[in-house]
Amino acid sequence: MHHHLILRVVAKLLLPFILLFGLYVQWHGDYGPGGGFQAGVIFAVGFILYALICGVEALTRVVPQAVLIAGMSLGLLLYAGTGVTSMLLGVGYLDYSKFGSDPVHGQEWGILIVELGVGIAVACAMTAIFVAFAHREPDLDDKDW
Amino acid sequence: MIAVDLILFVFLILTALAIVRLRNLFAITMLAGLFSLLAAGLFMTLDAVDVAFTEAAVGAGISTVLMLGALALTAREEKPSAHSVTLPLICCLVTGAALIYGTLDMPFFGHPGTPVQTHVGGAYLVRAGAETGVPNVVTAVLASYRGYDTLGEVTVIFVAAISVLLLIGFPRRKDGGE
Repeated sequence: MHHHLILRVVAKLLLPFILLFGLYVQWHGDYGPGGGFQAGVIFAVGFILYALICGVEALTRVVPQAVLIAGMSLGLLLYAGTGVTSMLLGVGYLDYSKFGSDPVHGQEWGILIVELGVGIAVACAMTAIFVAFAHREPDLDDKDW
Repeated sequence: MIAVDLILFVFLILTALAIVRLRNLFAITMLAGLFSLLAAGLFMTLDAVDVAFTEAAVGAGISTVLMLGALALTAREEKPSAHSVTLPLICCLVTGAALIYGTLDMPFFGHPGTPVQTHVGGAYLVRAGAETGVPNVVTAVLASYRGYDTLGEVTVIFVAAISVLLLIGFPRRKDGGE
């Protein structure tokens, strides 16, 4: 992989824009196409691209395994916890109407938090699955494919 | 528009046939990614941008990478099947014919009298803006009206990742273990 100079340079140039696009899709899901699921996948793809050009070990130095496991649990907990919080506020499970000053505002908040949970969970889960598969085999030569 | 649909469908069928004929798993994986990309294009022509986005990101993007990761652990060539193809072929033809026969009763695409247009879908379109303040109705439906379903989907992904980690596991620290 070390001789793919153009690939490595272009991929490194693209990385910040991929992550920025992931954030855009995450926070702009209310207004345009996208949302937590797509944003999480795009974010994970950014990390996976980094692993493809720099190796899985470099990725696990940036994002340790404990962070991935904690992240996907945290994302799911954020979603499920939003439901529990709404129950504590006296409305039904995943009813966001009490989160803001009025029900519409509460819905906006609830959707934002829930989508954030989805994004974190998906990004960490996808990256974790990739790391689990990719670390098993040492670097493959191009001819081995 | 019909020309775009036709081109996409022809390429979709050609890709599927190529996947059936090929034995090299690397080529099959890349063609499966291409298949997803073509499907995403079809969803675009149906104005389903959110679905197209997901199909392009997940189907063409990440599942291809994950398949390649799995492929690196196994053989590169599919073993030729020792069984005769006659019975599976008849099964596929009968099932396909039954499915096509089933679609004959269905209303045409975009027909205003279908349950999709008259039942709950129209109510979402009318109410979502005022009730949630979110302009993208798809997001409002996924995260609010159908919040339980989305919670289930996230749980599925979480369980999938946990299962992969349990089965394959993360790399150990540098102790020569494994």
